[in-house]
Amino acid sequence: MQDQPTKDAFVEFERVQKSYDGETLVVKDLNLSMPKGEFLTMLGPSGSGKTTCLMMLAGFETATHGDIRLDGRPINNIPPHKRGIGMVFQNYALFPHMTVAENLSFPLEVRGLSKSDREAKVKRALDMVQMGDFGGRRPAQLSGGQQQRVALARALVFEPELVLMDEPLGALDKQLREHMQFEITRLAHELGITTVYVTHDQTEALTMSDRVAVFDDGRIQQLAPPDELYEAPQNSFVAQFIGENNTLEGVVKSLEGDVAMVHLDGTNHVVEAKAVNVSQVGERTRVSIRPERVETDPERLQDEAHTLNAEVLEFIYMGDIFRTRLRVAGNDDFIVKTRNAPDTVRLKKGETIRIGWLTEDCRALDA
Amino acid sequence: MSEATDTSGPVLAADGTPLKRSLARALRRQKLRALGLVAPLLLFVLVTFIAPIADMLFRSVENDIVADTLPRTVVALKDWRYDGGEIPDEPVFAALYADLAVAVEKKEHTRLGSRLNYETTGTSSLFRKTGRRVDDIGEHFQDQLEGLDDAWKNPETIAAIFAADPTAERYRPRDGVAAMLPRASAAYAKFAAFTESEGDVAAEEKPWELIYAELYADLTAGQGAPYEGPEAALVRAAVAAVPGFEPLSFKEAFIEVDDGWESVEIWGTIKAYSPRYTPGYFLNAVDMQLTPEGIERQDEGQRIYGLLFKRTLFMSLAITISCILLAYPVAWILANLPMRTANLLMILVLLPFWTSLLVRTSAWKVLLQQQGVINDIIVWLGLGKFMVWVENAWNWFGTTVGFIDPAMLVDFASNEGRLTMINNQFGTIVAMTHILLPFMILPMYSVMQTIPPTYMRAAKSLGATNWTAFWRVYFPQSVPGIGAGSILVFILAIGYYITPELVGGTTGTFISNRIAYHISSSLNWGLAAALGAILLAAVLLLYWAYDKIVGIDNVKLG
Repeated sequence: MQDQPTKDAFVEFERVQKSYDGETLVVKDLNLSMPKGEFLTMLGPSGSGKTTCLMMLAGFETATHGDIRLDGRPINNIPPHKRGIGMVFQNYALFPHMTVAENLSFPLEVRGLSKSDREAKVKRALDMVQMGDFGGRRPAQLSGGQQQRVALARALVFEPELVLMDEPLGALDKQLREHMQFEITRLAHELGITTVYVTHDQTEALTMSDRVAVFDDGRIQQLAPPDELYEAPQNSFVAQFIGENNTLEGVVKSLEGDVAMVHLDGTNHVVEAKAVNVSQVGERTRVSIRPERVETDPERLQDEAHTLNAEVLEFIYMGDIFRTRLRVAGNDDFIVKTRNAPDTVRLKKGETIRIGWLTEDCRALDA
Repeated sequence: MSEATDTSGPVLAADGTPLKRSLARALRRQKLRALGLVAPLLLFVLVTFIAPIADMLFRSVENDIVADTLPRTVVALKDWRYDGGEIPDEPVFAALYADLAVAVEKKEHTRLGSRLNYETTGTSSLFRKTGRRVDDIGEHFQDQLEGLDDAWKNPETIAAIFAADPTAERYRPRDGVAAMLPRASAAYAKFAAFTESEGDVAAEEKPWELIYAELYADLTAGQGAPYEGPEAALVRAAVAAVPGFEPLSFKEAFIEVDDGWESVEIWGTIKAYSPRYTPGYFLNAVDMQLTPEGIERQDEGQRIYGLLFKRTLFMSLAITISCILLAYPVAWILANLPMRTANLLMILVLLPFWTSLLVRTSAWKVLLQQQGVINDIIVWLGLGKFMVWVENAWNWFGTTVGFIDPAMLVDFASNEGRLTMINNQFGTIVAMTHILLPFMILPMYSVMQTIPPTYMRAAKSLGATNWTAFWRVYFPQSVPGIGAGSILVFILAIGYYITPELVGGTTGTFISNRIAYHISSSLNWGLAAALGAILLAAVLLLYWAYDKIVGIDNVKLG
């Protein structure tokens, strides 16, 4: 679950804690290690501590306990302006009294670059985000997407090795957001920058990142590449938070290797599940199955798959997929997604069917 | 601009009327209603604010008094030139007598004297003295006519000559008398009008001496010869007798009353101020004067307004700057504290705002005076001895090098080193800075509140030190607040009156104190109006310059 410190770590958090009021911890025992060039996203509901972590890394908040290291150097006592970290803010924070070019020139000016150097770099940075013609405009004269590009260019213009982004796409509409997601990842990989990206939008996290750290309650719940995060959540929170998920509650009857037999509450069904986050017999558990991994077609139910009876409560046509709500083992909110293929059976409300799944898709997690 | 206007002229509404007119009609009701809502306040402001100010400003050029009180003299003086170095001739003095005789009866001559006294000292007493003895001049003719026939003493006889109906309560000129005795009948008409305005009947009152003088003038000019009407015998006898009368030179008579009339200056002043509109008050207000020779600078010792204007501007500037310096950190703290704490501290800012101006000014008197709290603390701390030491060193240095006039040396030693902090410019600046501080803090605070803290963070993340981030990013965004506060404080300070009056002493008074003096003590309202108009113009000019430099759109007052 927690990342082990590695030799070539570029950004490191070691046993970092943060409290604002001296009574509660906003960040509890954070350990994180990032290699150079990685795109890491901190994902979590609001109040989970992800923004606080970013602010500690930027230097606007001080850690109450623990070490933060950048390229091997502890940076706890280095003021923000000496850390050399680029940052893109949620509302862009473009200086309203300066033109776009002046905004970009600002970090170069405070670093004492000559005028010609500054102009060359500003031009290159603006071209990089396709804003070359807008140098003379004021931020207020730009659209949201353009401001976003300028903010990005400003964070990159002084060639930092680490860039932090605090929900930078939150204010954009869906289409623009998707476009900018692509732009940001492209730039980050082209320039080889290490990026820490904070968001509460899981799609953004999954599509952009090399690794995602899911935050909740001041801890990293899971740190993994997007596919692993989705397909192999380590606990119920991650399973619930990332994507759609069906849970069935029950008690562990027996445990053999990584297979657990779970007795579902309110039924006499016992299902086989992959033991992920259970350790002993008699423990309460939540069994998690992704909606698209549930099979409803009797012909395609595999032998080793578990089968259960289910009652169709609702059948929703969504174009590319069908979304069916079932009652399974007393759970009225069991969702099944099936691809809209020519041979897919369209289920009817009130019908009773058999459903099944593979043991490895069914994960027994903490209760 | 649009295609429609290119092809078909004005755009038409559905009913064929031009769209503009149709829109105006549709909006008329709304406009009328809006006007109706504003009307009470508009009327109130117009009647109680705009109109009095306009009237007051008008007084700065108005100069009816000379032309109204001495109408004939003003006309007679037309051809007289001051440069000639000679006082005017007999006709001007005759006109002066005719004017003054009426003015004295109406008791207007002293007002004119005071008015002209602003320009040439001594005029007031000249008019007063002449007023007391102007009757003597007329009596010269009255006595001779009465010596001819006792009937001339009788008011009814006189009334019978000039009035259509001598017994009537109200005077009406008799037909033809104006042609026969033009000057005398005009004088009688004035007499009758004045008598009636006093509530009396002309035929029962003793006629003015002026009437006899004018009658003499008419008769000697041969006007009385074809006289027809009542008392014809009496008038004809007078016509025959006047060539034998002892003549009178008005010029000599006036000079005998007061030799001030021999002065070319007096006549020059009267002529210079005879037009109904004068630049004289404005010239006075800028330390110039309108003399008979033209426009001149005021004498060295009388140039005070230039100094006062300069001092007012300088001190207002000093107050504005000290307000900026004190208010900026306070506003910054208020804007960056959590709301609850900020509101609490805001009460501390507003508390003095709600306290009476007099109380605060008096409190500063208590604090700053020679035996006041601050001086007591200085002495108690032993700083007094240090002050004495510094002063001695300074005086020694100053007198040695020779840039201090020994007469100006302050003697700290005699008062334990107590500082003079009140009744001078220092006291005024301190007290007014304190009083006007909220006007600086409030606009600054409201502007700073709108500057998100992320700007500072962004600047720091881009590599700026705290100071650079503040100076390059925060400060420029807070300038509109400074601008708004400065305009408010400066304009309030420039017209401030009570505080400089109470703590300013002689060196710390403002132009407004002088305006108040002319309004309430010297009663020279014209000059007060001119000073006020200049002050108003200066403020408007500054406002205009500010708009050009900073831009009034950048000012946020709340």
